Amino acid sequence: MAGKTILEVKKLTATVAGVVILKGIDLTIRTGEVHAIMGPNGSGKSTLAKVLAGHPAYEVTGGEVLFEGGNLFDLEPQERARAGLFLGFQYPVEVPGVSNSAFLRLAYNTVQGARGKDELDPLEFDDYIQDKLKLLEMDPAFLERSVNEGFSGGEKKRNEILQMAILEPKLAILDEADSGLDIDALRIVAGGVNKLRNKENALVLVTHYQRLLNYIVPDFVHVMEAGRIIKTGGKDLALELEDRGYDWVAEEYRAKAAA
Amino acid sequence: MELVKNNYLDGLLPAQTNLPPTPRGWLNRLRADALEVANASTAPTTRDEEWRFTDLAPLYKTSFKRAAAPAPMNASDIEPFVVPEAGCRLTFVDGHFAAHLSVLGATGGLTVKPLAVAVADQDPVAQAHLARYVDFRSEPFVAVNTAWLQDGVFVHVERDLAVPAPIHVLCVSTRGEVASYPRVLLVAERGSDCTLIEDFVSVQDNAYLVNAVTEIAVADNARVRHVRLQRESTSAFHIATCGVRVARDAHYAGASVALGARLSRVSLNVLQAGAGAQCQIDGLALIAGRQLADTHTLLDHAQPDGRSRQMHKCIAGGAAHAVFNGKIFVRKGAQRTDSAQQSRNLLLTERAHVDTKPQLEIFADDVKCAHGATVGQLDAEQVFYLKSRGLTETTARELLTFAFAAEIVERIPVPSLVQRLEETVVRQTQTKTSQS
Repeated sequence: MAGKTILEVKKLTATVAGVVILKGIDLTIRTGEVHAIMGPNGSGKSTLAKVLAGHPAYEVTGGEVLFEGGNLFDLEPQERARAGLFLGFQYPVEVPGVSNSAFLRLAYNTVQGARGKDELDPLEFDDYIQDKLKLLEMDPAFLERSVNEGFSGGEKKRNEILQMAILEPKLAILDEADSGLDIDALRIVAGGVNKLRNKENALVLVTHYQRLLNYIVPDFVHVMEAGRIIKTGGKDLALELEDRGYDWVAEEYRAKAAA
Repeated sequence: MELVKNNYLDGLLPAQTNLPPTPRGWLNRLRADALEVANASTAPTTRDEEWRFTDLAPLYKTSFKRAAAPAPMNASDIEPFVVPEAGCRLTFVDGHFAAHLSVLGATGGLTVKPLAVAVADQDPVAQAHLARYVDFRSEPFVAVNTAWLQDGVFVHVERDLAVPAPIHVLCVSTRGEVASYPRVLLVAERGSDCTLIEDFVSVQDNAYLVNAVTEIAVADNARVRHVRLQRESTSAFHIATCGVRVARDAHYAGASVALGARLSRVSLNVLQAGAGAQCQIDGLALIAGRQLADTHTLLDHAQPDGRSRQMHKCIAGGAAHAVFNGKIFVRKGAQRTDSAQQSRNLLLTERAHVDTKPQLEIFADDVKCAHGATVGQLDAEQVFYLKSRGLTETTARELLTFAFAAEIVERIPVPSLVQRLEETVVRQTQTKTSQS
């Protein structure tokens, strides 16, 4: 039973510093679905994630994206966040001097406040966040540190999922949520993400490795190459990619295009 | 042009007749010497290496006169500037001591009183230390201040006495075209411990001149924390010189915040005169519009085993101009000196600019000296990261600017000032980040 369409990407093209990276992406995501976007380095996976989140370095040159039926590109990055779009960063940014707890509370109050929830004061927020910390097996001492500053790779990725847990997005795009994680950290991150999934939201996993998909099972696997989605399949496609690499998909695509 | 500038100091100086002699010959002689030096000095221009980045031309357009009498003020007028933690407060209005706005402290071993009273009392400590830690012969503005020397603040902390409550010196300016010459002398005897707060404020947005001199002597094994807040009117001129002598195993921690003044210049000279002396110097200038804030520091390591840490930050918005010149001097005998200096600068607009010049001069061969300077804008990736979590561009920029400033503000050892300054920084960064 198909959910509601949450994101519709049509013929999307984008450039960074004048170089064309996305060459026509079509993608439809419905609530309750998990999509994996795989592909070799430089295929445009991360660019797609950043374009959807509104990173200023990327310029959209064509096509359109509808988020819950509205033009996504009419929204500033912060408006997209409030509308329920979340990007988990491949490289979470360190923000020295800003405490994680103040940052998380500000984000919560801004995003959840925009949805009509009550703003939380520091004490209320402290109560609220304890469960979320447990979800990711994070030490409360994390909250007192500056945002991501001096965090290990695994701590940074957990902090991203913590933000996802707090902001409760309708669509979360996790860019390389698993890169650099050891198996224990991967289990924790994946377990946290799985608990946040429901019928009302959707998840996009941008990943280079099939390993993550053992823990978060996708409904669709898309293969990107040179700025296009060249193949879409079910979860078995990820296993096949793991075995056979990406070349055969590209050859198949070129053969089809030539025909 | 040059001639006009040469004459400028003369306009600031007292006519011999116009400053009543004190009953103390030594002070009269000191003032006369300073007057002679000041009369022979030329007002600095950007051709002087020490004033290269700071053009005093706007100052030279106005002649400032010492106020004949203080403006009337009530306790309620200074209420916003009261520091609850402070044990005593000496308030000066337009350069005149305001007894009714002051709370003097004279507990056992601690003397806090107007310098004029200390002179009248023939306090030998005041006489022995006054004008010893700044050099009026080489610094024209110190010469002018010294020529006017009549009153000020005298603090004496006796041996091994720890004074827990900060000593608060409040200099309030109320009127335009007035020059005031605050003077503070703090003598911390061996093993003593105290905190001095100097706060320069205004109650009106006037163009006036404050030419302040502070001298601090930290004897063996003593500790002095020194907080300096400059929040003058943004039309004002603020020129200050602070000389500190840190003796053997003594510790000086200075935190200086500059928010106000059209043009400000703070020169801080710290002499680590004894072995094992330590200092921590923190500075923050947060300016916008057409403000200029210049900080010159000299940390002079004269003896072995000294340690110094310095962090100076500037945040410049609008078309503001921040200057930092930080000289670290390690003399030949100052082996095993451990010194680190950082200059970090944030430009909020394209028109704002910063001149930062760390200078190391090392004549000892076994030392550890690190220094670094950065000048930059807010990091675009940080701004985007915060926006991707729902924060507006403005909130993101303000938060990042606040965080940059907070690192220095949080080092101030007086909680009520930290809180108030953080509120001020929030307000300032809100207006300053939006001024493009």
